[in-house]
Amino acid sequence: MPEPLLRVEKVSKHFGGVVAVDRASFAIAAGHITALIGPNGAGKTTLFSIIAGFSPPSEGRIFYAGAEITGEPPHRLARRGIARTFQIVQPFAGLTVWDNIAIGSHLLRPARADALAAAAETAQLVGLGELVRRPAASLTLSALKRLELARALAIEPRLLLLDEVLAGLNPCEIHDMVPLIRDIRDRGVTIVLIEHVMQAVMSLADEVLVLAQGRIIAAGSPQAIASHPRVIEAYLGHGAAARLHAQQQSYDR
Amino acid sequence: MTALGMLSPAIVLSAVLNGLLMGAVYALVALGLTLIYGVLHIINFAHGALLTAAMFAALFAHRLLGLDPYVAALPLSISFFALGYALQRFVIGPASHGRDENYLLITLGLAVVIENALLYAFRADTRTITLPYAFDVLEAGSVFLPVPRVVAFAVVMLVALLLWLGMRFTDTGKAIRAVAKEKLGAELAGIDVAHIYAVTFGIGTGCLAIAACLLIPTYYVNPQAGNAFVLIAFTIVVLGGMGSVAGALIGGLGVGVVESLSGLYLGESLGQIGIFIILILVLLLRPSGLFGARA
Amino acid sequence: MSSATVIAAAVALLAAVPLLTASNVVLNFLIVTLMVALVGQGWNVLGGYGGQYSFGHSAFFGTGAFATAIMQVRYGINAWAAFCMGIAAGALLGAVIGALCFRSGLKGAYFALVTLAFAEVLRIIASVAPLTGAGVGTLIALDLRPEAFQFRSRLPFYWIMLGLVTLSLVIARLIEGARFGAWLIAVRENEDAARALGVDVTRIKLAAMIISAAIAAAGGCFYAQYFLFVDAGIAYGPWISVQALLAPIIGGAGTALGPLLGALVIKTLGELTKLVAGDAPGLDLVAFGSILIAVVAFAPRGIAGLLSASHDRLRLGSTLEPPATERADA
Repeated sequence: MPEPLLRVEKVSKHFGGVVAVDRASFAIAAGHITALIGPNGAGKTTLFSIIAGFSPPSEGRIFYAGAEITGEPPHRLARRGIARTFQIVQPFAGLTVWDNIAIGSHLLRPARADALAAAAETAQLVGLGELVRRPAASLTLSALKRLELARALAIEPRLLLLDEVLAGLNPCEIHDMVPLIRDIRDRGVTIVLIEHVMQAVMSLADEVLVLAQGRIIAAGSPQAIASHPRVIEAYLGHGAAARLHAQQQSYDR
Repeated sequence: MTALGMLSPAIVLSAVLNGLLMGAVYALVALGLTLIYGVLHIINFAHGALLTAAMFAALFAHRLLGLDPYVAALPLSISFFALGYALQRFVIGPASHGRDENYLLITLGLAVVIENALLYAFRADTRTITLPYAFDVLEAGSVFLPVPRVVAFAVVMLVALLLWLGMRFTDTGKAIRAVAKEKLGAELAGIDVAHIYAVTFGIGTGCLAIAACLLIPTYYVNPQAGNAFVLIAFTIVVLGGMGSVAGALIGGLGVGVVESLSGLYLGESLGQIGIFIILILVLLLRPSGLFGARA
Repeated sequence: MSSATVIAAAVALLAAVPLLTASNVVLNFLIVTLMVALVGQGWNVLGGYGGQYSFGHSAFFGTGAFATAIMQVRYGINAWAAFCMGIAAGALLGAVIGALCFRSGLKGAYFALVTLAFAEVLRIIASVAPLTGAGVGTLIALDLRPEAFQFRSRLPFYWIMLGLVTLSLVIARLIEGARFGAWLIAVRENEDAARALGVDVTRIKLAAMIISAAIAAAGGCFYAQYFLFVDAGIAYGPWISVQALLAPIIGGAGTALGPLLGALVIKTLGELTKLVAGDAPGLDLVAFGSILIAVVAFAPRGIAGLLSASHDRLRLGSTLEPPATERADA
């Protein structure tokens, strides 16, 4: 592939004796939507935190747009064009939706009026246009997730890391979010998303990375991953792949 | 500044032992503070003012009721427990709406109110009480230990033991430990968290009442008195670890010794600075303290 | 009505006072009130907008006061120059304390505790150091000439103090409207979220601390010139740390006018309690402490918040968005 936008090289993270991420290596091509999946506790959010600069890796290196960014702090990475959302939404609770997004817009627009105007547009983009003046504290979860998204988009990133942006949403809300994510990619943003909602992963992702116990155990297209024995075992336990296969064969007879 | 060798070992030993005795009282003050932090996760900025109030209470128990401080310790600790309980349950808890920044401001507000109410009621004059045994000393070899301080040491150790036993074996003690560890879980298990918070705060102020009775035979009382102790208590809590009872005890004894020795070599005022500098350094370098969990 | 208009109105009102009365009592009261408002505005920049609560702002006030006094008394420096040096000294101290605290990641109660400790350390040092006059304090010699920043009448002091407060209001307003202010508020609301949006949290806090310290120090410098006497308890005592915090919280933390409103309230209340209780010290602070608790419990946005809530057209709160009537799109 042409020079990948993001390259993660043998990144590990130890917390005391616990290995949260174990020599993860992968590359993300520009313009793709990549899904990062795996059972709970696999280290996905830790990996995101490392890439976004919130947590330095214990080992390994990270490259973005050809330059090494290992260990750079989050605000520096944001200026380079890496944005992230948080698994548990982190709004500026005391401020309105408009102000929340405007703080993101301010990164590239020092003037208040410009930042506010850009923020209004971003709000429209994610469907929060009607709610701009609402205090963030009064929003529903679905709206908060959109706010999380809007704020990240406000800094006009090239790489967007979405951490379980669909978690907690009902099927209707998920149905509305998926095309939005695709729309963002179509505008030129490379997206990596951690997701548990498989239907979204299947329909959105160009490539899927599977993380289990800190290690990348599989990588490939959504279809290939869905029937990958090691992936099945990671979710359903040892021997599950063989059991499922045997069951499937018994149905086929 | 005198070199270590120029002071006789007896003087240094005396300073160390007296420091240990004094440190026990600091530890008791710190114990209340660290307990409140460990369970409620708030730094109680009103601790000093409450100690001052307790000292005034002990003073007047003696002046008006003729109660010896050591005798007054029991009724005072009970009434201050009740006071602390009421303060947390009906003032601090409700007013703070559960937010950390608010706890800071409210306990600061309480400190200002209590301290200045005492100032208004009793003026700034320094008072002391005189007791027949206040100047008695115990001889231990070549060292002279003031009796009130020895009694204080013994009482603090007893209180610490009782607290430890209570926390381990009583239902309330277990509930307190549960809330400290995992508030939501404790709530789901049916524990009345607001009540436990109030009980913990009450234990903290109860300890202050006992400490006040132990201090009063040898200390002056004025509306500022508690503050001096409390900054020392903060240092101990930060050194020993927020929420660690063992840390408060060991830290208290340690700080007592450090204060005694630096008072010996540097004089009163600068000795005080030493303690604050330790506080600042520990906060800047390792706020979780030597024993405590990550802040 | 934008907050700029309200600020202008408030300043105009205060400027009109000397035209309505020649009473020294009123002038003195207002001068001290404005001084508290100034130091409170200093606190407000760091604590109100930035959310970092300092419990030891007397450290900067006192440094300004002592620097001004010492420069004149010991080094014969011109009073006006000494005034500027006092502000610089305060700012420098702010930079040092800020760097130490924020690089260590100190926040919340720990930050409050450290600032308290710093103020106490300074107080103790000032009470024994020969430089500051130890227990006796420092006296600025009486020299009633304008060049020496001393005046026969209170009126020039009043104008200068009002000028300083107006300047601080302008600074607060400028911060509100600038990207720096938006980022500062973001840091207050959620540091991690701010970082993810490109905000250099440590640098923003440090900048806020320096501005905050400089403004508070200006209050101290003025104190030294107005009262001509500074000692350790006056410079670094809790009285000014508490009032510097009370004024903005009561008036409305994170608003430009909050400290002024709050200072007026607490100083007026102080005078009222003196009427009731005579000169016995303490009752006024009992009232202040009670109000602090009441404000936190019932009106967390302070007086400014109450006013904004009840009068929709009055924009005293610090939000970024343009007022409803000025929106470009519907």
